[in-house]
Amino acid sequence: MSHYTLDAKRLMCPMPVIRTQDKVAELNVGDTLEVICTDPGALNDIPAWCRINGHEVISSSEDKGDVVITVKVGDA
Amino acid sequence: MVTTQRKAVALISGGLDSLLAAKAVMEQGVHVEGINFYTGFCVEGHTHAIRKKDKAKPKRNNALWVAEQLGIKLHIVDVIEEYKDIVINPSHGYGQHMNPCLDCKGFMVKKAHQWIEENDFDFIITGEVIGQRPMSQRKDTMPVIARESGAGDLLVRPLCAQHLPPTLPEQEGWLDREQLFDFSGRTRKPQMALAEQYGFEDYAQPAGGCCFLTDAHYSKKIADLWASRGERRYELDDIMLLKVGRHIRPKKHFKLIIGREEGENNFLSGYHKMFATIKTTSHAGPLTLIDGDVNDEDIELAARISARYSQGRTAEKVEVEFTNKQGVSKLIEVVPMPVSQLDEAWQV
Repeated sequence: MSHYTLDAKRLMCPMPVIRTQDKVAELNVGDTLEVICTDPGALNDIPAWCRINGHEVISSSEDKGDVVITVKVGDA
Repeated sequence: MVTTQRKAVALISGGLDSLLAAKAVMEQGVHVEGINFYTGFCVEGHTHAIRKKDKAKPKRNNALWVAEQLGIKLHIVDVIEEYKDIVINPSHGYGQHMNPCLDCKGFMVKKAHQWIEENDFDFIITGEVIGQRPMSQRKDTMPVIARESGAGDLLVRPLCAQHLPPTLPEQEGWLDREQLFDFSGRTRKPQMALAEQYGFEDYAQPAGGCCFLTDAHYSKKIADLWASRGERRYELDDIMLLKVGRHIRPKKHFKLIIGREEGENNFLSGYHKMFATIKTTSHAGPLTLIDGDVNDEDIELAARISARYSQGRTAEKVEVEFTNKQGVSKLIEVVPMPVSQLDEAWQV
């Protein structure tokens, strides 16, 4: 199980979701992906995308304009 | 006898029709997954992230919301690059504004057709309703979409299927035609009744559809962009910037993009390496991007217009900082332009 990061800063939704989706497709079950964005819409959209596609958000935070969401890849 | 569960992909825009169309097919035991194409012009997403007043209540992405209501997977596909050809050279022309609706639908169905072939799905679902849209959803144009996309009889429009020839899924008995619908025209009542029957509430009903290209003001800005460049082309940054700020073209060779509030100013500041900027320093005021090459006279004109939108609009003089694309700055003092001198024809 490995940890990865994805820089999705300055991208507007749904682009952070698309980048997350495409990166997750390359990862293995149990891997984690930390997505860093600046669009606060990602706080809604990435968890929604995870719920419908069988992945898990293990943490999310917002600090000084940066939104950081960590996704654990599921086996869906 | 073991029967194979058939699989369909539904084009999900986030609106009510595609939600109902997917649900109608799921009700018949078909495995459905959603697909959503991001063209860059989608009303869903991004603009809510720019304006500060909208940040307090982030807008949901309705395509994701629809998929969650249906309990299906959603595949969001970035088609920004491929879509340019649809916007720039639509073989069926534009609708009322810059909306290439017929080519757009054909393109999306074609992409969905490629997707089902790659993913071993059986057919495609759309929420189209005959007679609902003046360009793409007419009795004579709906067969064009099926034909030109290559989807042919694998394209099912569950909400108006009974008005159309039987598709392969209907002929093969994967779908019972009698359980599909005969909606037509612009009325929304049948959809609202079906939504109630299925127990859907709080669904999105965007008045102008889901695309900025159906918007008159937005279309005017694209036309201006192309006219100023002397060619029909755009990048994603161009079409994002058309959604933000006041656009004023005081001379043919340059345009100003003036932030209307803090959120827009912050957004525009992210483009400081691509554009020269003007920021008022003696008074609170907007950040302005200058799109085009400018000389000293142009800079003064741009500064006077920008100052007019600052808190110093009635002051005798306003100081502004001009910064070129290389990051070299200079301070200049200007007289804010009176409203009477702001030519209406400059407004893009």
